[in-house]
Amino acid sequence: MTAKVATVTSGKGGVGKTTAVANIAVGLASLGQRVVCIDGDIGLRNLDVVLGLENRIVYDLVDVVEGRCRLRQAMIRDKRLPELYLIPASQTRDKSAVSPSDMVRLCDDLRQECDWILIDSPAGIERGFRNSIAAANLVLVMTNPEVSAVRDADRVIGLLDAEEKGPVHLVINRIKPSMVKRGDMLSVEDVLDLLAIHLIGIVPDDENVIVASNRGTPLAFDNKSKAGMAFHNIARRLMGEDVPFVDVENQGFLQRLFSGRK
Amino acid sequence: MAKEPSIVQIKGIREGLMVSFGDADWEALTSALINQIDERPTFYQSARMALDVGSHALHVAELASFRDILSEHGITLWAVLSGSSTTEQTAQNLGLATRISKPKPVETIEAAEAIPDDKALWIQHTLRSGTRIEFSGNVVVFGDVNPGAEIVAGGSVLVWGRLRGFVHAGAEGNEEAVVGALEFSPMQLRIAGKIAVSPKKNSKGNVEIAKWKDGNLIAEPWKSG
Ligand SMILES: Nc1ncnc2c1ncn2[C@@H]1O[C@H](COP(=O)(O)OP(=O)(O)OP(=O)(O)O)[C@@H](O)[C@H]1O
Ligand SMILES: [Mg+2]
Repeated sequence: MTAKVATVTSGKGGVGKTTAVANIAVGLASLGQRVVCIDGDIGLRNLDVVLGLENRIVYDLVDVVEGRCRLRQAMIRDKRLPELYLIPASQTRDKSAVSPSDMVRLCDDLRQECDWILIDSPAGIERGFRNSIAAANLVLVMTNPEVSAVRDADRVIGLLDAEEKGPVHLVINRIKPSMVKRGDMLSVEDVLDLLAIHLIGIVPDDENVIVASNRGTPLAFDNKSKAGMAFHNIARRLMGEDVPFVDVENQGFLQRLFSGRK
Repeated sequence: MAKEPSIVQIKGIREGLMVSFGDADWEALTSALINQIDERPTFYQSARMALDVGSHALHVAELASFRDILSEHGITLWAVLSGSSTTEQTAQNLGLATRISKPKPVETIEAAEAIPDDKALWIQHTLRSGTRIEFSGNVVVFGDVNPGAEIVAGGSVLVWGRLRGFVHAGAEGNEEAVVGALEFSPMQLRIAGKIAVSPKKNSKGNVEIAKWKDGNLIAEPWKSG
């Protein structure tokens, strides 16, 4: 086993990184993959809450890095799936407790133990971001269809290019079909036109995402919702499957886009 | 103990610390600096550092990992000075400054010096938000200039792609400088001392050139000949 390390990052805060890590992890684990999530948002941890594992935390990432416990002891197993684990962030320390080289070392140790390591990056482009991308084999950049979020995604893609980190894939989260139709929201095409990188997922805005996160049961556990399906599709694309895009905007548009560009 | 002349010189400047590397290999220089830092951690804590690496040609991997090591010691590397164009390019790619004080755009006309035609910076990729390119001659971008990206050039700027960011051409006063793009919709455009804020127009597929004409800054469709 040699795991791939996939980091989810964004630049702008609140665009859905943590939600995506939890749901993509559930997607990959339901495909039989052995998945370890790492919460890279030290000091503001919340991946544990979204995954519903908060009450089982004993050791965290900083404990592993500072040698207070073995790697295994900090891996919380999610009992709903055979092979899904979380290494939580520390609530009480700040980002400087972990360095980029610590992350590289940690991921090297973990690589033999699983198929996927998913890292939830904090917002911004500072230390926590550098920690989160240090060991990445691929990066998912998330954005919302909003000018400011897209601008920050562009900045992050530029930084990733400069650091020669990649491949970089784009996830557009919280598309509202009705708003796009009225011309009140950037469309998938507008976002792609500017960012010009490979698209790996389009997730519709869905209030069930919020309900599910509050319950600690990521929406991807439920196979019926559109947003849940969108995350499953990202997982399958990460596995190399060629999954057609669900048309969340309007009929026929994505068809055109993707047949036109191939 | 007699101190031998150090291969690493450190002095204070207005912007923080200025470290100059002498003549030695990269490994020796970086570990010498790290040793000095380890000896006086409080002195270096949360320092901002500019680094003069002389003629060392550095690539992204080397410079990025050294920047990360410095950051683990609480030091922010913000500028890298070098005589090597490879290193300058690397530093710019990493978003680091390549000189200590920015040249002030001169608003007066007199000092306009002719830009030698052969001096152009050739950029072969899209400039994304947050990138700033400064160059004394002409700049050619083979790619887009996205919103939030900036080019400040002593000479002219040509964009073989979509121009949607900020451009200042003739920044040292040269009114002969022009700005051209395959798709022309800059956020803001300056030539020498004149500023134009782009009206929100859709100029898809419009090849345009902006220049000074009769004391005004104008953009017009490009015609050959
Ligand atoms: N597709 C969606 N539809 C509706 N709500 C969503 C969707 N995706 C995320 N959200 C909600 O948006 C909020 C922010 O999401 P999340 O915490 O995942 O963002 P983040 O990028 O991790 O934020 P931070 O930068 O603070 O770490 C949450 O309340 C989440 O439930
Ligand atoms: Mg988060």
